[in-house]
Amino acid sequence: MFTVNKGRLAAVAAVAVGAVVALAGCASGDPLDSGSSGSGDSGTLVVGSQDYYSNEIVAEIYAQALEANGVTVDRQFKIGQREVYLPEIKGGAIDVFPEYTGSLLQALDSKAAGGTAAETYAELQDALPKGLSVLDMAAATDQNSWTVTQAFADKYKLTDIASLKNVTEPITVGGNSELETRPYGPTALKEKYGIETAGFKPVEDGGGPLTVKALVDNDIQLANIYTASPNIKSDNLVALQDPDGLFFPDNVVPVVSKKVDDRAAAVLNKVSAALSAEDLVSLNSESVNDQLSAEKIAAAWLKQANLF
Amino acid sequence: MNLFVDALNWILDPANYTGPGGISVRLVEHLGFTVVALLMASAIAIPCGFVIGHTGRGRGLAVATSGGLRAIPTLGLLTLVALWIGIGLGAPYVALTVLAIPPILAGAYTGFEAIDRAVIDSARSVGMSEAQIVRTVEIPLGLPLLIAGLRSATLQVVATATLAAYVADFGLGRFLFAGLKTRDYGEMLGGSILVILLAFALEGIFTVVQRLVVPRGVASGRLPVDRARSARPSPGMEPAITEGNH
Amino acid sequence: MTWIWSNLDLIWDRTLDHLVLSVPPIVFSFLIALPLGWLANRYRLSRGVILTVSGLLYAIPSLPLFFVLPAIVGTSLRSPLNLVIALTLYGVALMVRVVADGLASVDADVRQSAVALGYSGWSIFWQVELPLSGPVLLAGLRVVAVSTVSLATVGAVIGAQSLGSLFTDGFQRGIEAEIIAGIVATVLVALLLDGALVVLGRVALPWTRPAGSNGAAAREARIVEVTT
Repeated sequence: MFTVNKGRLAAVAAVAVGAVVALAGCASGDPLDSGSSGSGDSGTLVVGSQDYYSNEIVAEIYAQALEANGVTVDRQFKIGQREVYLPEIKGGAIDVFPEYTGSLLQALDSKAAGGTAAETYAELQDALPKGLSVLDMAAATDQNSWTVTQAFADKYKLTDIASLKNVTEPITVGGNSELETRPYGPTALKEKYGIETAGFKPVEDGGGPLTVKALVDNDIQLANIYTASPNIKSDNLVALQDPDGLFFPDNVVPVVSKKVDDRAAAVLNKVSAALSAEDLVSLNSESVNDQLSAEKIAAAWLKQANLF
Repeated sequence: MNLFVDALNWILDPANYTGPGGISVRLVEHLGFTVVALLMASAIAIPCGFVIGHTGRGRGLAVATSGGLRAIPTLGLLTLVALWIGIGLGAPYVALTVLAIPPILAGAYTGFEAIDRAVIDSARSVGMSEAQIVRTVEIPLGLPLLIAGLRSATLQVVATATLAAYVADFGLGRFLFAGLKTRDYGEMLGGSILVILLAFALEGIFTVVQRLVVPRGVASGRLPVDRARSARPSPGMEPAITEGNH
Repeated sequence: MTWIWSNLDLIWDRTLDHLVLSVPPIVFSFLIALPLGWLANRYRLSRGVILTVSGLLYAIPSLPLFFVLPAIVGTSLRSPLNLVIALTLYGVALMVRVVADGLASVDADVRQSAVALGYSGWSIFWQVELPLSGPVLLAGLRVVAVSTVSLATVGAVIGAQSLGSLFTDGFQRGIEAEIIAGIVATVLVALLLDGALVVLGRVALPWTRPAGSNGAAAREARIVEVTT
């Protein structure tokens, strides 16, 4: 029969604990640091981003532009989707975050009216909680759209959303599950345009490759895909025009905390002034097709735009 | 805690139960999905497990494969398969079957291994064929651990089957995703509670089945520890318990 | 494949993040499961309650848990602490039953001999029951380690960077090499921790491989071969 030597067990335990501590030490930052504890010393601005590659590129552009102007930046990228990071921004844990005017407005106020890009921007300014503001918006947009394949568009001569009435076969709609109940969802198609849809298939990837594949495979005929998606071009898709403003305009705009002073704001405004809609699509394409990192894409864009 | 009040209200609201997307339909879908995924995993894992358990060969490979399969992140596998075969139930079935294989496989072979070698030798000495030994001795005696493995697989599959809603209009996961994305946390939590209740019900069923199916004289559900020493020596008793039973 | 070569440092960073997220829950769940498993084994009544509750913990879908936990424990949603607590819960759920079974596997004769030799209840636990159930606990811990590493990937959804971030990002950008790198690296980390536990077990439980016995030692060697 064995009785164990306690010293030996203790030694093993010590090694195990030591390994945990050492591991914690070699990763960047304190792993157990609560995210809401704020942004450290006052000179540092925390730049956040969604868990969405395109948003990360814009955040990286903001970060590099700020750094080029002597601001110390703490990058906290890929913070999930809006349900995760919005409370963080509201709580003051993040100082700069690239957002989209219409989508953010709807997240803050589900009854918002929307309208033109300028109207949406103005409404957003009113809807923001205390302590947060938006700087100038860019011309670049990445907004929701009703998208079909080129073949489907040709077959029924589709140009804008209303022309979906020409379609004689059942239309199955695909997109994130919230699309089903959103003000621009299938219900709106029926009420505003009298377009009947045949069903809804959830694909929870935010108009990503699965949604595109479902569309191309003809599992769904109508999908909600972001207009800056490089897939629209590479997979031969058509984003139907939206003359009635069913979707809110989604211009790229930095949401900032009080810690962003006039000098930093001026830097970000310069970036927004230069960021065009075509730029955003090509930035995305560099990420998807050329598989470059956000860091390289951002640096190249700042250089080519002659900023800083 | 009003989050839980919201969830309770959501569960108790009769209006949420009717219609094609109602709780009743989703519950049935979820249960059906779980059962089918388990059947598919069983069809692969049980025969393999029996062969390994009976012959004692390929155990190292099985342990390694199970470990590897267990480590595969289900969401990663699901999205990867969906990229290949498209949306619908195909990808969730593949991912969930992979999830369910390790515990069932372990349950099947450890069930055989835990049997006292003397019992099997006696069966052989009275002239039973190998097939007879498997059918009349090893399977009944190995049943407790096999069922323990199935039970563990069921628990994991029922919880993870929520991922089916990632790519299909199917199951209780719809409430989780819809609640999450519209920040209706009552719906999300309510959906989760339903999943847990379903798991609870299945646990109950397994407890009953275990009592009914296991032949008299076989210690129910647990490794007959006293006999572990006389079981096949090399595998030892450790993974027998944990892999089948966890 | 070119993606992998030009992003080795990214993969390495995420691997470290992943270890930081998954190692503490493995340690914590062992420490928490020990007293609970002891309780479950000691009293008939507590056994039923503890094993049922811990079994059901495992049935909680992970995604909602990440969102509900902050409301209960008061952490911020994005805090890695959230993920560590959630993973610890799942680990405890697995480990409690293992501890109970492991302690139950100690031969009653051995326990009685210890009593006869004058051991107190406390020292029977530490010096007899715990070491003798060591192999079972180790095997359980290995399962906990592997499934924790796999589950930690879900943290990507709530902004906790891990190897899971590689496949969410790769998925969005349609870079299959990145998705596969994420999955393969996760499996490797799991096998690495598994192997580390095997080695730890050899050091802490030397009597499980008595010299000359081909059985246990050979099997141990086989596992080490495939896991490291």
